[in-house]
Amino acid sequence: MSTGGTAPLLRVQDLHLDFGGVKAVDGLSFQVNEGDLLSLVGPNGAGKTSAFNCITGFYKPTGGSITLHGADITGLRPSAIAARGTSRTFQNLRLFGELTVLDNVRAGTHLRLRQNALDALLHTPRFRRSEREATDEANRWLDFVGLRGDRGGLARNLPYGEQRRVEIARALARRPTVLLLDEPAAGLNYGEKTELLDLLHRISGLGTAIVLIEHDMDLVMQVSRRIVVLNFGREIADGTPEEVRRNPDVIEAYLGKDDEEEATSEEMMSRE
Amino acid sequence: MTTNFATSPTRASALFDRLQQNRYLGLIGLAVAALAPFITATNYALSVMTSALLFVMLAVGLNIVVGYCGLLDLGYAAFFAIGAYVSGVLATRYGWPLLATVPVVIVAAVVAGIVIGGPTLRLRSDYLAIVTLGFGEIIRITANNLTITGGPSGIYGIPGITLLGIDLSGPVGLYYTCVVVVALAVLGAARLGRSRLGRAWRFIREDEDAAEAMGINTYRVKLAAYIGGAIWGGLAGILFGAQLSAISPPSFTFLWSALILMAVVLGGMGSTPGVVLGAIFISVLPELLREAADYRYFVFGILLIVVMIFRRQGLWPARAVERQSRRDLREAEKHDAGKAKEVVP
Repeated sequence: MSTGGTAPLLRVQDLHLDFGGVKAVDGLSFQVNEGDLLSLVGPNGAGKTSAFNCITGFYKPTGGSITLHGADITGLRPSAIAARGTSRTFQNLRLFGELTVLDNVRAGTHLRLRQNALDALLHTPRFRRSEREATDEANRWLDFVGLRGDRGGLARNLPYGEQRRVEIARALARRPTVLLLDEPAAGLNYGEKTELLDLLHRISGLGTAIVLIEHDMDLVMQVSRRIVVLNFGREIADGTPEEVRRNPDVIEAYLGKDDEEEATSEEMMSRE
Repeated sequence: MTTNFATSPTRASALFDRLQQNRYLGLIGLAVAALAPFITATNYALSVMTSALLFVMLAVGLNIVVGYCGLLDLGYAAFFAIGAYVSGVLATRYGWPLLATVPVVIVAAVVAGIVIGGPTLRLRSDYLAIVTLGFGEIIRITANNLTITGGPSGIYGIPGITLLGIDLSGPVGLYYTCVVVVALAVLGAARLGRSRLGRAWRFIREDEDAAEAMGINTYRVKLAAYIGGAIWGGLAGILFGAQLSAISPPSFTFLWSALILMAVVLGGMGSTPGVVLGAIFISVLPELLREAADYRYFVFGILLIVVMIFRRQGLWPARAVERQSRRDLREAEKHDAGKAKEVVP
């Protein structure tokens, strides 16, 4: 918004994260521009989720810096980072299972609702208005992600695919400028993946930048505008799907096709 | 199996749902409390009923912390003690009317909530339980050793409540004072529970990390729950002093904290009607069991175990399910029919 058109929305510079002797992230740098749809790919253990957790504040990076809208957010607590315009989903679905679907999505509206404890105690008009807004907005996002199922029922009672949608709706209700999705296609069937593809395009159409971690290469190739490939905690390629597909380092490390590289590729796959 | 019972669409449970969502439920409860003295109004009965009301207030306060926010607090009696002592000391040593001590008690409860909650709420649940347990003991032992709190013999001669010249210190006056105060406390806690803050408490209970990811500063929101619980406990302490007119450290032992927690768990964590019912159950049952004489608490314990085996989710568990309003459903139908969605301003 206030940042110039050329400044990146999110910039990760020389990010390091060590767990004892293990270097989960080892000098990772990349940037996300406004309206980007960027995928982070790489074999399991390449540091994708660790990088996510550093960006969103769940891990404190041991080195490097992360800036959002030009401001340094390295080491801030997750809620402070979320308040500055990021929103995320989790690899293993983290819904509020014992709460209703609507309540789950209302969580995204938390920071925008203007009501205090006194409003709640006295049920002031302001309280009623903001509750109505929260409900309406939650319903709108559930419409947007195309949820099928009872919105007033418990989130844990929904089928898995629908729970994934609720988690995305919750993240969208935060109205992020950068949306980080950690393996949104995991466990989805073919039809659901097609719908996810469409949903990702529509989210992108809202002007929201998306950073996607995904193992489904078909989906990644179809949806991404840019792909960053990670291996052993560092970036080995950054470019359009076409560029990445042709990049020899990537072919060697991840998409190996030549006969003599069969072993490497299989090794990578087995690590997944 | 109990869960199946709760969710199966039998007629009984449908009726139960309707009853639970009945907005007049609170008024019915209030009416029962208001009319109870017309059935029996001996001093003994009134004292049992007043104690039950105090217990309801404490349980509803602890429910904010344990039920809504999922923080295990084993030292809740500390706030109760702080309220009772602050108002008791001001009333007996400085001659304040009890009502005038209310703001001071609220401030004291908030400060205590911040002092205890500040460092401890960074801990995860089991550690928190241990620290709160210790804090409960610290308050009691401090009261036991200070001169201003009267040491082991405590404070006596706490006056009753007078409002605009009306003396409410008699058993009937006190009972109805408690009915009004506790009704407001129950309503207030329930309303907080259904607000933005109350939702944030539940998000934390369900998944602290996911709540943080939504921009909720979990530390501050947990502290708010703790302070809320402290205020409810502190105010109940004032009424406790007014009822007994004497307080001493043994009134605030760990057993109190445990019994209040039991009321919350037994009634159904996070459920206002459940917690009210649980508190009445816990406070009145030992009185009803007086027949059993020495075996009173033995029978009491057995009954609690039986209830927890057969109704693990509590007597009247919280139901998160919300019925969509007619307006929402109508909109959904419109949406399904492919018509343009009406945007409600």
